[in-house]
Amino acid sequence: MSAVLATLLLMLLPLALAGGGAARWPALARLVHGGCFLVSLGFAALGVAVLVFGGGDPLLLPVGPPWAPLSLALDGLSAWFLLLLGLVGAATGLFAWTHEAEAPPRRLLCYPLFLFGMALCLGAADGFTLILGFEAMSLASWGLLVARAMETRGEGERLAARLYLGFALFGAACLIPAIGLMGGLAGDLSFAGLRAAPMQGGMAALVMALVLLGAGSKAGLVPLHGWLPIAHPVAPAGVSALMSGAMTKVALYVVARLVLDLGGPAQPPAWGAPLLVIGAASALFGALRATQEVDGKVLLACSTIEHVGLVAMGLGLSAVLRGADLGPLASVAAGAALLHALGHALFKTLLFLSAGEVEHGAGSRRLDALGGLIHAMPLVALCALFGAAAAAALPPLVGFAGEWLLLQALLSAWRVGALWVQVMVAAVTAVVALSTALGAMAMLRFWGLCFLGRARTPRTLGAQDAAPPARAALVALVVLATGAGLLPGSLLALGAPAVAQVSGHAGLVVAGPWSVGAATAASAYWPLGVLLLVAIVAAALVAGLRRLSLQPAARGPVWDGGFIAPPAHLPFGDPATQASAAGFAQPLRRMLGTRLLMAREAVHFAAPGDPAPARLEAGFRDPVLPAFLRPLLIARDRLAQAAEWLRDLSIRQFLGIAFGTLLLLLALLALAGPP
Amino acid sequence: MGFGQLPFDMAHLLAGGVLLLSFVLLYQRRVTALIGALAAQGAVLAMAVAWQGWVLDVPALYVTALAALLAKAVAIPLGLRLLVRRFGLRRAVETAIGIGPGMIMGVGLVALAILVVLPATQGAGALVREGLAFAMSVMLLGMLMMITRRHAIGQVVGLLSLENGLVLAAAGARGLPLVVELATAALVVALAAVAGFFTLRLRDDFAGLDLGLLHHHRGESAPPGEGPP
Amino acid sequence: MTPGAIFTQLVHLALMLALAPLLVGLVRWLKARLMGRRGPSPLQPWRDLAKLARKQPLLAESASVMSVATPYLALAATSAAAALVPGFARGMALAPMADLILVAGLLALSRFALALAAMDVGTAFGDLGAAREMSFAAFAEPAFILSVLCFAILAGSTNLDAIGAAFADGGPGLRISLLLALLALLAVALAENGRMPVDNPATHLELTMVHEAMLLETSGRYLALWEMQAALRLMLWLSLLAALFLPFGTAPAFSGLGGWLLGLLAWVVKLGALAVALAVFESAIAKMRVFRVPEFLGAALLLALLGAVFLFLSTGLA
Repeated sequence: MSAVLATLLLMLLPLALAGGGAARWPALARLVHGGCFLVSLGFAALGVAVLVFGGGDPLLLPVGPPWAPLSLALDGLSAWFLLLLGLVGAATGLFAWTHEAEAPPRRLLCYPLFLFGMALCLGAADGFTLILGFEAMSLASWGLLVARAMETRGEGERLAARLYLGFALFGAACLIPAIGLMGGLAGDLSFAGLRAAPMQGGMAALVMALVLLGAGSKAGLVPLHGWLPIAHPVAPAGVSALMSGAMTKVALYVVARLVLDLGGPAQPPAWGAPLLVIGAASALFGALRATQEVDGKVLLACSTIEHVGLVAMGLGLSAVLRGADLGPLASVAAGAALLHALGHALFKTLLFLSAGEVEHGAGSRRLDALGGLIHAMPLVALCALFGAAAAAALPPLVGFAGEWLLLQALLSAWRVGALWVQVMVAAVTAVVALSTALGAMAMLRFWGLCFLGRARTPRTLGAQDAAPPARAALVALVVLATGAGLLPGSLLALGAPAVAQVSGHAGLVVAGPWSVGAATAASAYWPLGVLLLVAIVAAALVAGLRRLSLQPAARGPVWDGGFIAPPAHLPFGDPATQASAAGFAQPLRRMLGTRLLMAREAVHFAAPGDPAPARLEAGFRDPVLPAFLRPLLIARDRLAQAAEWLRDLSIRQFLGIAFGTLLLLLALLALAGPP
Repeated sequence: MGFGQLPFDMAHLLAGGVLLLSFVLLYQRRVTALIGALAAQGAVLAMAVAWQGWVLDVPALYVTALAALLAKAVAIPLGLRLLVRRFGLRRAVETAIGIGPGMIMGVGLVALAILVVLPATQGAGALVREGLAFAMSVMLLGMLMMITRRHAIGQVVGLLSLENGLVLAAAGARGLPLVVELATAALVVALAAVAGFFTLRLRDDFAGLDLGLLHHHRGESAPPGEGPP
Repeated sequence: MTPGAIFTQLVHLALMLALAPLLVGLVRWLKARLMGRRGPSPLQPWRDLAKLARKQPLLAESASVMSVATPYLALAATSAAAALVPGFARGMALAPMADLILVAGLLALSRFALALAAMDVGTAFGDLGAAREMSFAAFAEPAFILSVLCFAILAGSTNLDAIGAAFADGGPGLRISLLLALLALLAVALAENGRMPVDNPATHLELTMVHEAMLLETSGRYLALWEMQAALRLMLWLSLLAALFLPFGTAPAFSGLGGWLLGLLAWVVKLGALAVALAVFESAIAKMRVFRVPEFLGAALLLALLGAVFLFLSTGLA
């Protein structure tokens, strides 16, 4: 299996070269996208194969330092995420085939490398390879943003790329020491070796903090989420989908691998608490911001923060329950996290690709410039509706299955005896419900303002439905997401090895082919039954009403509460009689936004005698990113000033500094050497 | 004695009812509704104390219950209502912080009370431990109410509800002498009288019961967003 | 799944659908009597529905397929939820599926469908109502889930049938947590059904800005479906409250005709009592400002949280 993975990985490198050569031969662009599509399908198939048949031994690569050769291996956990990556990559490949056929070579060069980095990170069997893949992923995705910035020459894009690079470097600066600390002085970085030498006490807490900072910043967990809504939407739709759907999951995989799988055994319940609380904060902040954003792709990126938070909560809860020796419940929480990760990858890719189609067709991402697109692009509208409903956690779609399991685990977590855990879990349960409802509001707002109502700009009316390959990608994603939502039990049975690795409990969630449940005594969820029930009742209603009245509906002008008909120069009605994006967000802005997002509203009246209309100004800002960035910037300036004197040193003094550092390190080794 | 037995369940329910009414007090904006909730709390408190007397077989508690019923549920609310009617104080009670944050702080205080009482009363019976947790929560909520209300009547109500918590604690802890209770009650009555007088003077001098008005006369600036009327 | 269970299930769903408009009519009639009016007969909602269902619907020019499809979806989802909530008997065919979170999910589905229909035509009222309805739900759902937490702790399950069976014999006793959960659920029920302090169900347009505002552009059979959905939702909530807090008299699984009749009688009495309570409450109270609603529901949320905390306390003591 590892050899297959290595082959697939190697196939991506010539594709990157071909992408670089697309400047001269534009036809190579299609080759890159087609190749990435096929390799991604290979990843997905490989993931399924490993989940079914097992992964086999690690493959040592003839690369890397002699004491720690790079090694590749797939086990249940990495196979689950590889499957996810493959599905997202295949869909974005198809989408790119349609829309990115004339992409600039820089982007075509980075795109396969981005996939390569993610797959390498997932397939790594030692800490060094993991970091290598993670950083390759970071840099390649940064390259994609830079390519976009150079293409559009926009100030916003350039800033986004810089911010992204800053956070990527910060992540690396946290993750590399974390791996180093885990390896200890013995220096065995292979996963088997790391698992054999568990961390303890303050060292474990330090590693936990570093991993949460490093991988959490990439996943978009609060408080390091500030870059995500700025950077993700900048990229073209396919890359945004890959970033939101797959890259955040790779970061979560790193958390699950390092904190739960390698560092998780024999830890107290408090081990999972930080992850649980940070996840809850992310879910709430992300969902609330998603209800306020006025740019469609930014909204989707904020919703990603919400769902990443929910997955992180599942992982954290699993660690809490595992620490309290509640193995079966820990496996429910782990199953919820894995299922929701997969579900989110599918529906968020679907939504980003639909947003890309909308941008392509209607020429804007701003919700205030869209509207009524269901008439112009019905297929995209219906596909996006599936995605939105899944993201809104509506039964029987996949979002609900994941959140149902998460809630079941939360509702049973009071069995951990400690009062602080119980109170924390109760508060967190409320946060999950709140952010789920907020997420539903955000998705309704996104979909409704894009596709329903009347066109807000004439440009919208020229939109056309998706072209065939992209259409296939959308429909395939709908089918996959619906299938995953209807058969969560089978899916979790397939992912049993992954669940076992995260939760440390061999037995699985009560998962039959048709249902999934928390424990034998507790409740069960039957998605197919729900679908059948709703479908039968709906069919009966249709049939019954058809007997009562056969007349088809008549069409007439909209009543609109008695508003007068619009003047002739407004053929699509007066835009002021339809809610704007900010107007639709007003209730929640007043209810929650003023406290959590520093939202404000102000009415500016014209001066007496001035016939100008009064203006309403409303807005919000996320208080977290500025709060972090400002001290960081100040510290950077200080550091730069302090480093100024280095410039005046002579060569001799430079050598002295290097020599001194070497001596210091040697002395450290002598003092704290291996026993 | 535990759950599922009537004596325990009833005591639990009544003490919990007192606490619930503390939250109702915290939620109220209008003066008359505030006084009504205070009267209800007094009545439930009287029932809780009487039930304790029956369960623990301490006839003295019946006296306390009767006193609580007469004073807390009838006399003081009537007096307050009279005061309100005489001065036409039908306005809403201004809160220093919003209702929402106040309620969140209230739940936090209850959690704190539980976390303090449970380890401190290890070994005591479940009824006593829970009763103490409830009583302490009621007291803390009363204090919170006094802090969060700008209105003098609101502060008086907070003080009285705090005293309700004291009586609940006294009834729960077996053997607390009646003298202590009477002393606290007398203290609170004295304080209430002082507060009533204070209310009167305020009303006469400044035509309003917002204590923020006093800041002007002490040379402090008014709270943000509020000027003199 | 025995034939008896399937038969019970079908009878239950039919009764739910048949009684829902009657319940709405009863509440309207009671409110009218309390206000000194004669009021229309309780059968009036059924007559309205029959008339609306036969009329030709009128759709706005900008309406899409959503205006046509969502009423069926919403009523189907609400009916599915109603089929899961026990009424006169337990042990119905769908009892293994009767999960409280699923009921919340199905109600969320119908709410989503309603909001979609409101936004479809693109009018100010529809958008306003949809935004408010979804925002209220953001506060109602956590309160509901935390009440569910109380039941999950006491009964060890979120399955309605299991909770009903565990509570029917008075197992959990009198608990302050149950009282708190009851208050929280009552507040959620009022908000979800657009009843009195949150929204005024008796008006159109001027005073109500939530539920009725979303239906201004619907007509004919679609309006009939929406009216039925609203009535069924009220029925569902009252049955849910009865099943959770008044589980007495409900026929246990596999009981004979006698048990059924007794359960039916108990159910009707419970529903009637709740309807009277609702009518009295609505007549006595004024509608609150829209932006006070989060406070109202937030208080419900905190009460439910408090209930859960007291349950932790008592499980810690036991």
